[in-house]
Order: sequence, then C-alpha cells, then structure tokens
Amino acid sequence: MNNLTTVGKKIPKRDAPPKATGSAIYIQDLKVPGMLYGKILYSKYPHARIKGLDTSRAEKLPGVRAVVTASDMPANFRIGVMKDNPPLKAGKVLSIRDEIAAVAAISAEIAEEAVSLIDVEYEELPGIFDPLEAMKEGAPLVHEEAKSNVLKMPWKLVCGDVEAAKKESAYIVEDTFSTPWVTHCCLGTSGCVAQFDTNNNLTMYSNTQIPSLAQNDYIDALSALGLKNRRVRVVQCVIGGGFGSKLDTYAYEYIAILLAMRTRKPVKIIFSREEEFFATSPRQCTITKISQGCDKEGRLTFREMEMILDNGAYTSWGATTPSVMMLPISSLYKVPNIKYIAKCVYTNNTYSQAMRGYGNPQATFAIESSLDQLAEKAGIDPYELRLKNANEPGEITPQRFKITSCGMKECIDEVVKRLDWKGKKGKGGNRGVGMASLIHVGGGARVYKSDGCGTIIKMDDFGKVDVFTGASEIGQGSDTIIAQIVAEVLGISIDDVNVINNDTDICPWDVGVHASRTTFVAGNAALGAAKKIKEQVLEVAAKLLEEDPASLDIKNGVVFSVKNSEKTTPLGKALRKVHYTLGGKMLMAEYFYDPANENFDKEFKGNLSVSYAYGAHGVEVEVDKETGQVKILNYIAAHDVGKAINPLLLEGQIYGGGLQGIGYALGEKMIYEKGYLKNGNFLDYKMPTVKDVPYVQPVIVESDEKDGPFGAKGIGEPGLVPTAPAIANAVYDAVGVRIKDLPITPEKVLKALKEKEKGA
Amino acid sequence: MKKELTFTLNGEAITAEVDPKWTLLYLLREVLDLTGTKEGCGYGECGACTVIIDGRAVNSCLFPVMEAEGRSITTIEGIGLKDGSMHPLQTAFIDEGAVQCGFCTPGMIMSAKALLDANDKPTEEEIKDAIEGNLCRCTGYVKILDAIKSAAGGR
Repeated sequence: MNNLTTVGKKIPKRDAPPKATGSAIYIQDLKVPGMLYGKILYSKYPHARIKGLDTSRAEKLPGVRAVVTASDMPANFRIGVMKDNPPLKAGKVLSIRDEIAAVAAISAEIAEEAVSLIDVEYEELPGIFDPLEAMKEGAPLVHEEAKSNVLKMPWKLVCGDVEAAKKESAYIVEDTFSTPWVTHCCLGTSGCVAQFDTNNNLTMYSNTQIPSLAQNDYIDALSALGLKNRRVRVVQCVIGGGFGSKLDTYAYEYIAILLAMRTRKPVKIIFSREEEFFATSPRQCTITKISQGCDKEGRLTFREMEMILDNGAYTSWGATTPSVMMLPISSLYKVPNIKYIAKCVYTNNTYSQAMRGYGNPQATFAIESSLDQLAEKAGIDPYELRLKNANEPGEITPQRFKITSCGMKECIDEVVKRLDWKGKKGKGGNRGVGMASLIHVGGGARVYKSDGCGTIIKMDDFGKVDVFTGASEIGQGSDTIIAQIVAEVLGISIDDVNVINNDTDICPWDVGVHASRTTFVAGNAALGAAKKIKEQVLEVAAKLLEEDPASLDIKNGVVFSVKNSEKTTPLGKALRKVHYTLGGKMLMAEYFYDPANENFDKEFKGNLSVSYAYGAHGVEVEVDKETGQVKILNYIAAHDVGKAINPLLLEGQIYGGGLQGIGYALGEKMIYEKGYLKNGNFLDYKMPTVKDVPYVQPVIVESDEKDGPFGAKGIGEPGLVPTAPAIANAVYDAVGVRIKDLPITPEKVLKALKEKEKGA
Repeated sequence: MKKELTFTLNGEAITAEVDPKWTLLYLLREVLDLTGTKEGCGYGECGACTVIIDGRAVNSCLFPVMEAEGRSITTIEGIGLKDGSMHPLQTAFIDEGAVQCGFCTPGMIMSAKALLDANDKPTEEEIKDAIEGNLCRCTGYVKILDAIKSAAGGR
C-alpha cells in the first residue's frame, strides 16, 4: 500500500471551491419558476384541544394561493417510526411544534402574514412534561389510543448473569447520570421545494441525508393523497449541515407536497432559525441508572443499565437510539455480564431524532463516568483499569460483535503519553486529567434490512470518469473520498473523476448518511465498481497492445504492460477504440456493496457492523473554584480509523466532532419548561464559538481493517462520543466533584464544590 | 413605497429600487440574486450574512437597506482577483480544509477579509476576535484559523 498515489493524501475537498466563492446552491438559494412560499402555523400550547379553527381571513389575503389544515390531509396518514404523527393536527395538539395549518402565497412575507391571520381557539389542557411522572399509574395519556405513555418498543439486552456476577464482584459502584436535549444547529436551516409535473409526478428539492428512503416516504404520502403509482424524484441541493437532523422526513415536507398539489405550483418551505430550534428534532435526552463491578484485579465483571428516554409527543429515530447504545453498553471494554433496559416515554415535549453518535454519547457518558468511580473504589488508576479491560482484535463480545481490527490500546496509550497522564494525574492545584474511550460502528450498521449502497461508473472518450453514487455529501467529504478511491484504482488523476450524488433519477440506491458508514460502504461500492470497469478497460487495451490483460495496469492515465515497458497506450485512445469500432460498446460498470453484517436477532444480538471504530480522548482541565468555570488546557483525540483515506478531511471530522462534544459537555442544553423551549436562538443556546476552541491534538491510529476500502473504517460520529465523560473525569481529578448531569456548567460545579465543602 | 438607492456593489456603481423596510441581505439575495451571502439566523447572531461595508464586516441581515446609500459594499461574489482567480483567503480555506458544509464559509471569509485588509499580520487572538461572531458547526474552527493564518502569512 506504499505505492498509493491518491488515497492517503491530504486532498482538499472537491466541493470547497463553489462553497468558498458563494456559487454553491443550497435549498435556501433555489428558485423554481412560478414558485410559491409556504409557511406553517404551529400550536400555541404544548397540550390543548382545538375548539375552533378559522382560516377565512388568511384565505382572503391577496397573494395567498392555498390554506390547508388537517381536513386536507388523508385522515389516517401518519409519519414517523411508529406512524403516530399526522403532518397536520386535528382535535388535539400535543406539543408546541404541532402543525395546525399552513399557507402558500406568492411571497414569504405574505405567507407569514397569512399565518398570523389564522384564528385558532384552544382549550388548554394540563400537560405532562416529565417522563418519570408520565410513567406513573393514572398519569394523563399523551396518546389516548395508545393506552400507556410507555412506548411499545421494549429495549432489553441480557448477556450472561448480572446477579451472579454482582455476588462475585470485589467492587461495585452505582449511580445515576442524565443528559439533556441538544440540537444539531446546522447553519443552513431545513427546507424543501415540492413540485408536481402535469402527470402528478413529484420532484422534491431537498436537503435530506436519506434520498432513497425519503423517496419511499414521499411515495407513501402520494399514495395516501390519492396519487398512486406516481414517480418521485429527490434532488438534493448543497446541504448546509446534517449531523443526523435530516435522517427522517418531517411534517413540513408533507405540508409542502400538499400545498404544491393544491396550488399546482412549486412550493418552497424554508425554516427560520426559530423553527429550526423548536420544530426539528434534537438528540434524545436520557436518565440512566448504571451499576458496574470488577474483581480484585480490576477485571470488569458486569454492567447493568436502566434508562428512561423522554420520547416527546411523537416518535422518530430518537426512540431507537437504545439499539446503538447497546453497542458501548455491551462491548466498550470486555464485560462478560450485561443487562440493559430502556423505556421511551411519551410526554408533551419535543420529540427526538438522530444526532451524531445516535445514543452513543449518552451511554458512554454514563459508562465512562461510572468507570472512573469504579477505578477509585478499587484503588486502581483509571488508565490501568481501562487498559486491563480494553477490547482486542479477534474478540467476540457478549452481544456477538466480532471485533476485527482494534486499535483501542494504542489510542489509550497515545492519550496517556501525550497528556503526560502519570505526571499530571491527581496532582491537585485545581488542575486535573481525565480520559474516556469509545467504540462505534465502523463498517456500516445493519439497522435496516439492507445496509447497501450502489455505484455506477462510466468512462468517456478521453479517460474521464463519471461516478454516480448513492452516498450523500453533507459536508463530511464523501465526494472527495469516493473520487480518491476511484482515481486510485483506475490509475488516473482525481481531477478526472466527477462524482454525481444528488438525484434519485440517476444515482443508485443507498440507505443514507448515518452510522458513520459512508466511507466504508459507499467507499467499498465505489471500489467495486472501479475494479469492474478497470477490467473492461484492460481487456480493450489488451487487444490494442496484443497483451494479456492480466499483465496490464494503468498509471497516470496510461495503460502499460508490466512485462514490456514499451507497450503503452493512453487511456483515452483505448477508450475511443471501444466506441469507434463496429459492434462497439460503452464502458460502464455498476456495483452494489452490502456489507456482511447482521440485523440484531430478537434478543438484540448479532454482528451489527463488519468492523468497529475505536478511540480514546484525554483532557487536561483547570477549574476555577471561584467561578466554577472549566477551562480545557489540552485535548488529545486518538482515533483508530483503520486507514486515513484523506488525513485533511479526517482531521476535520475529529476537530469538528470534538468541538460538538465539548459543547455537549460544557454548555449546550435545550431548556424546555412545561413544554416550551426557552432558549431557541443562538444568543441563549450556547453553541461553541471560535473562542471556545481549546488546543486539540488529533491522533490517527491506523489498524488496517481487512474489509474496509484501502483499510478504512468510519469516523463521522466517533469524534464526539467520549468527550463529555473525559471532561467530567478531568473535573473530578481537578477538584474532586463529579457532575452527573450534562452540561457541566459553572453553576453546577460551584454548587457541587459548596456541597463538598459542607460534607467535609 | 419603493425608493431609489445608489451605492457601489463589488466595485460597480448600482442603482436599485428598494422598499425601505428591507434589509441589505434581502436586497442582495432576493432581488440581486447574489445568493453567496447566506442567511443563517436573521438576527445577527451567526455571521453567515457577513458582507464588507466601507471596510468593515457587517451582518447584512440587520443592516437597513437605506443605510447602503453612497456606501461601498463587497460580497463574497466580489472578492476574486481581477485575473479571475480566487482571493487568497478563498484558496486558503479550500487548501487548509476549512470548508465542510460550507454554509458559514462566505461569511467567515468576509469577516477574515475585513480583518486582513486592516491588519495584515494579525495575532491568533485578533483572528478569533474577528470571527467570533461567525458560527460554524462542522469544522471545530481549527482549520478555519489555519486558513486565515496561512492567507495572512502568504501576503
């Protein structure tokens, strides 16, 4: 692998020039001729009966083309994982983001005015905003027809015998940890343009990160709306940030479709920043009870976790995050006995969705904080405890994950070395060090029946290549990675590779950007297609050069014989020969890669991913005892990535993920009070600015994953998984207080310090 | 009631019919189709709409359009060099990996340009001060800082 020309190089992102010059077209920038502007009216109350709804004033406003309410939607049409969410609500509203009506008008301003003219008469109802209250006997039901506020999604994982292991443990710790709602804060807000053609086929301009699955959702919606067997084309504009927020379809998309159907005009809905905060779905909040134990030597004996998740009023992917939480719960370190139960509970709060890490940050916060408590109780250095129990290649974990490549120990060692762990641990002076590790899926994740991605490659007369991929570029750099892989295989310059990725009419199928799967799955699909087309090219060239195809290769766009260096032909010449020959053909290859991973069985066991990503973060902090402020002095982020296809982009994922993790650890929280969002803006929601950037050292560990494209594994999500517990552990080392409820705000630190003083 | 407005936009004199209620951002994006300037929040907290007005980086989403009268305004579309090549800041952002989703990038570059035009050897703190009002969710800012330093160093 030393002879690589493109893979492994710091190649700038291919979509950076249009973005840096302002010519990239985001959904915000898109104008379709004749386009109308849609706007949604949301509920004023988190729980209320709609007693009256009068849209007549809005309808009369000049420039308004349509006003729609629940009566315009098919009565039984529901969206979401549990099909519990009607895109327009009738009868009762269950949260402040409930959509009641919408308008389409000739300008955004008129649409906004029209929405303000819709009269709704509410009868406010008492709401339920605490999942623990909602679980109690006799609690008011959020969905009366559901009979219970506890979602029928019983998450339960049992491996070995936890009760027996408890009896045999020398040390046991038990505690409760909690995490808040945090939101993606994509700089480009959500939006779409829905457009019908004369045959009622739909084109949806969108910024989804699941084009093929969204297409399926829209086809279902058209069917429900009476438009059966229609075609749906999803065209993605340049996407202004994803992080999981676009992994499901939202009510606004169906409302845009309905408005476009009504008006026979393209309808655009773009969220304001305010809507982006309250009407998109944040990371799932959690309350976690955890217990872990070890024997006298510090070998972990069991891990038991019980979790309550506030599901909000409707169900999206947030409710399924326990499936991914099971990964660190069962398999972060070697733990033979595992028990995990999670309950999702309906409330009148917002509902959650996927966000980078998909439950892993919440679970890892509890596990890694608790692990430090266990180390202290057992009198073992937290580093030694981690190293002793670290995962290793060849291991099969209790949940039946088959660990292939595993650089966990190397990552832990890098952290210890670069942080000067031994020199700094427990030295006082309000300074401290902490660490935490991570495991995440790194070779796809079979959460659907397929984990596949298709790729088509065609070559033109001049040796230039078009790659049609199912993978979506959401800023992470998938286009560049795919282009690098294809250029490497075909022996051509990356400048000769064009990646097309944004149109379901021409791009192959893919399950979407999630689970850090794109480099691995879409990369392998591109690799497969490139190898296939290379074979075809070499066959053609073999005839031209009168050589055996097996002895030919391509370098710098020239086909050459490895046996006879004089036998060469420029790639273009060979390709033209294919086209300009009687009975010629066109050069095209397709490849569908679906990794050999497994769906969970009924007990939630099975090899979810064909490889696993590892990492360890270490941090040195200084805590100001007067203000409670936590200052990060040094931050090491070591990641086992298999192989860095592009170190420039890889570092970008580590820096970017890291700062999102720091935001999660130290400042970010959506404050919901009785169902109302109190800080839905950039002033009050503390997303990190450039002033919050500490000194971060990314460390790349390459473990050469046998199934990865050129050895690579996923890195999209891992960067923020262990951040919060590493910081919490460092704060404890610095001043002896443990914050168990994220974020670690100065107020919480001060309060804990005061309580500690009192206790002393 | 529309009013006539005359100002310099990206080096050229321009006259536009505007509604005094508009913001400068509205004129740029919705009327003049200069969509390189982005709207990330609409209330001056994210910096995606940053343009340069008479040498200063300004949130165009808060800037009343009538205030543009007689001023010189530069947007991301207007900073390329005369020979058609990109501004060194644009090149540095691309080469250093400072662009991910790219939505913050035009505003970020405009804030950095206003800084470098006034101070060609800024310290790290001065760079941070200049882009503190520009939010980025993708990059963790590190490579943005690298890019601005690199563009400053290359002058």
